[in-house]
Parts: sequence; structure tokens; C-alpha cells
Amino acid sequence: MTTFKVHVRVVPRAGLLDPQGQAVEHALTALGFAEASGVRVGKAIELAVKADSKAAAEARARAMCDKLLANPVTEDYLVEVEG
Amino acid sequence: MTMKVAVVRFPGSNCDDDSLQSAARAGCKAYYVWHRDTDLHGADVVILPGGFSYGDYLRSGAIARFSPVMQSVLEFAKQGGPVLGICNGFQILCEAGMLPGALMRNGRLSFVSRPVGLKVERTETAFTSRYARGDLLRMPVAHGEGRFTADAGTLERIEGDGLVVVRYVGLDGGPLPETINGSVNEIAGISNAAGNVVGLMPHPDRASDPALGNTDGLGFFTSVLDWAAAKR
Repeated sequence: MTTFKVHVRVVPRAGLLDPQGQAVEHALTALGFAEASGVRVGKAIELAVKADSKAAAEARARAMCDKLLANPVTEDYLVEVEG
Repeated sequence: MTMKVAVVRFPGSNCDDDSLQSAARAGCKAYYVWHRDTDLHGADVVILPGGFSYGDYLRSGAIARFSPVMQSVLEFAKQGGPVLGICNGFQILCEAGMLPGALMRNGRLSFVSRPVGLKVERTETAFTSRYARGDLLRMPVAHGEGRFTADAGTLERIEGDGLVVVRYVGLDGGPLPETINGSVNEIAGISNAAGNVVGLMPHPDRASDPALGNTDGLGFFTSVLDWAAAKR
């Protein structure tokens, strides 16, 4: 068993209105960062996962996303395993 | 026989008393069930009240869904038991997959707290049988994450099967001057196909007491009397 550091990114599904992202984009524009577009605000979740392999750690992290960390109706997720 | 109504209390529930009082006013014997409890104590009806269960951590309703009591509520609903989710309770029902769709952050980011107009669309449910189709109700909403969302196929099924229970309209029953929270098709509440599980963002529990000047919501609590009588 090895402990793997896992990074999960949860973002609002493309095509769904993301009012937070819109508000941040407007604020960036107001601050002079007019080059910024397509802002979406999600969540970053870090966790340590004990597993036999990197692939196994990723599989478990994906199961966690499907079950709890992301809402399958409204969010997409990305899983990265260090090491 | 007096109907027994279990009001589930999660850490962060804050409309539990409103729900309890409303059920009592409807003539039911209402009592609390703590979220760690798995025994519903012979309930005829379960209410998941409004509030901010578990601080709305991760997503509204996401953690509450896994509390011990929810396994019992899920089983209760599977047996046809009537379950009403109000506001945060609606969010929990969607997170638990007991109702389709999801509730996202309001379209304009702002928390909305105000009276809204509602049109009753489905009366074949445990909680709306005492209303007539097309009835105009006024009730308060108070939520930051009430934007009902569903994928295209699910939405088609919800609309096609007539599962929308209440829809936002203007306070006078006319068209909305502006969207309440950005919900798709201005959906305020839905039911499952069987009609025993209902969730809505507006608060019938805050519109059931004559002292508050509005009893439009009381029908949600009296309707279950008919539902239970019909099932016996």
C-alpha cells in the first residue's frame, strides 16, 4: 500500500449557467483584465488515498467523485494523482 | 386515527419548528427525528425541513443525504410513504436521487427572500390533493441555491409526465416580471411519478399560520390526511 496524493477539480458542467464565473469575469474586466474570458468557478479538493497502485488510487478517487464529491447532474470533475 | 408526521432534524435545520407547527395545525401528531436516528417511530409522513444542513458543505444537501436517517427515509418512500422536502429538504431529495434534477446557485448570485406567486400544476400528489389545478398560491422563498436544473432528457420527462407540482408566476398570477432564481421553465417544485415524494423551494411551512396573514401553504399539510385515508 502506498499513499497517493490526489487532486480533484470539480467544475460546473459546460453549457450550464455559472453565475459565479460570470461575476468573476465581470470583475476581471472591470479591473482591466479584458483578455480574460470563459471564467468558471469550481472547487479544488485534495486528499490522500491509500492504494496498491496509482491506477487503483485514481479509480477510487473517481468513485468518490461519482458518489459524493461531484453532482453528476451539474458538475464535471478531473482527477490527478501525484507520483 | 391521528396521522403521525416525522420532521427530520439535521444539524443546521432551521425551519424544523415551522414544519412541526404546520403539521400540528393540520391536525397531525408531529414530532422530531434526529438525523442519527434510523427509527422513524411509525411515521405516516416524513418532512425534510428547510435550513442549511451540515452548513451546506460541499453542496446543499450533499452531506445530509448520507446521514443515517436518510436510509430509513429512502426505504419509507420506496414503500410509498409520503415525503415532503421543503427548500433544503428539496435539495436533499435531489441529492439523494429521490427526485430528478439538481438545485444550483441562483442565477443572479443573490440570496432571494421574498413572497412569490405559484401556480399549482399537479394535484395528484400526497401534498397537493387539496388544491385545484391552476390555483394561485403566495408563499415566501428564502434561498441562495434554488435554481432548478435538469438535463434535456430528464426535463422532457418531468414536463411530459406532468411532474411539475408548482411553477413560479407573478404575485397576481400573471407572467413573472423577472425570473425568481433562474430555474429552468420556472419550476418551483416537482414530484416523483407516484406522487408520494414532493420537493419545493418555496415555504408552505411559513404560510400556514393565520397569525402570519397567509395560509396558502396549509394545503400541503392537510392533503396528506386524504392520501393516508385513501391508502388505508
